Amino acid sequence: MTSSVLDQLKRKEIVDLLDQGKRIDGRAFDQSRPLSIETGVISKANGSARVRLGDTEIVTGIKIQPDKPFPDLGDKGIFICTAEILPLAHPDAEPGPPGEDVIELARVVDRGIRESGMIDMSKLVLEKDKSVIGIFADNSVVDHDGNLFDACSYATTAAILSCKIPKWEIKNAVPVLVEDHESSPPITTIPVSITMGRIGEHILVDPNAEEWECIDARITITTNSDGNICALQKGGKNGFTVDQLSKCADIAISAATKIRERLKQTKG
Amino acid sequence: MGGRESTLVLLDKNGIRCDGRKIDEPRKIMIKAGVLKNADGSAYIEFGDNKIIAGVFGPRDVHPKHLSNTDTGILRCRYHMSPFSVTERKNPAPSRREIEISKVIKEALLPSLMLEKFPRTVVDVFIEVLQADGGSRCAAIDAASVALADAGIPMRDMVCACAAGKVADTIVLDVNNEEDQAGQADMPVGYMPNLNKVTLLQLDGVLTRDEYKKCIDTAIGGCKLVYQIQKKALTDKFFENGGNQ
Repeated sequence: MTSSVLDQLKRKEIVDLLDQGKRIDGRAFDQSRPLSIETGVISKANGSARVRLGDTEIVTGIKIQPDKPFPDLGDKGIFICTAEILPLAHPDAEPGPPGEDVIELARVVDRGIRESGMIDMSKLVLEKDKSVIGIFADNSVVDHDGNLFDACSYATTAAILSCKIPKWEIKNAVPVLVEDHESSPPITTIPVSITMGRIGEHILVDPNAEEWECIDARITITTNSDGNICALQKGGKNGFTVDQLSKCADIAISAATKIRERLKQTKG
Repeated sequence: MGGRESTLVLLDKNGIRCDGRKIDEPRKIMIKAGVLKNADGSAYIEFGDNKIIAGVFGPRDVHPKHLSNTDTGILRCRYHMSPFSVTERKNPAPSRREIEISKVIKEALLPSLMLEKFPRTVVDVFIEVLQADGGSRCAAIDAASVALADAGIPMRDMVCACAAGKVADTIVLDVNNEEDQAGQADMPVGYMPNLNKVTLLQLDGVLTRDEYKKCIDTAIGGCKLVYQIQKKALTDKFFENGGNQ
């Protein structure tokens, strides 16, 4: 895409404000946009959440069904995470197969949940090597105002926390649903992703769409309940110095605390 | 990273890893520049058992045209694994993993290139993983950066990449395939050694705040070793027999 004169003016405005210590929407540099989390919004799903992070809005549904395990992981359940930017979410969004941005988005959200060990997958085995419980988290972006990484992460996490896992029993080598025996998911930790953008020397937590357009580089750092780092993804057209990466880790660890408290309250 | 159970001893009591390396020792690395006739620039790398070839075309006209940018040249990158490169045959169609890796490799290389000198053009980087052995994205970046230099594209710096990780509660350099499968964390890092900038950073697995710092420093140490090998590959090609005319 060609950057128009208007885009360049916008960037100048944003950068000038940052140099005075201000963000375009008045937030502190390490402050996320207001977060609202609503769970149980889709009754046909086993778990669901509608999350708004500023004006970015995500609806996430969890579907749980018996499946075959991955060949080399016969003693673990499976977790699959997808994302789609719906065409109604942004004028530039088009229907069709996912592009590299959306694939990266889904894989970063997936990695945060998976690598934190949030769900104890070993508790989701029906018959070793043959049949396991599959958890499918599908994120639909309904309004796009930047930082889809964190919004989708929080929505997926909230939907998982609020989900109920049905019970299956193996009869004649086939899983059979046992009605009215739902249980809470085996949760071990609550991962929280914090995405930061770097504009010049400034590190901004949770950039909105206008800021996102001006970012030199970005990083998503996911931490678990112990405050340890469990997933990272750097992106964007430039890099970070080692000192900036250190600073980002400190910001991510401290900013996650508040959001984790919010997510904890969503337990279904 | 899944912490899969295995009988493999990842780190013995003398601090020797499953393939006989010390904790701060990378695998054997060999890079050769200019291995393809048709590509504008190319390189071949052997990084442990990884065997990867990278070819660069451009700057050239952009097709489809709507992708072209009047302010700057653009970079496209394809990371692809051959079906025979892994134990189980890989479907040749690009997987979601390959699409994501293509994107992060593109973003790792982009800061090093002066594409603003070539508006309305594209530089294509094609990376073929002939054999994969853990850490293939880092090896791919190492080869691609040499191929870009070989193509004569103006660059601010080289990009060198190497992973570090956590194996048996110890931070080690250059995680191999077994350590990736059974270890606790894997952190690939791409780095511009003269500009001191990290351009690729990913992590699978859990690290404390201190381990995170140590892991980055360890990986950057590996990147600096790779940088020497990249420079040698280019001097070998352009100044024959490593001479310094």
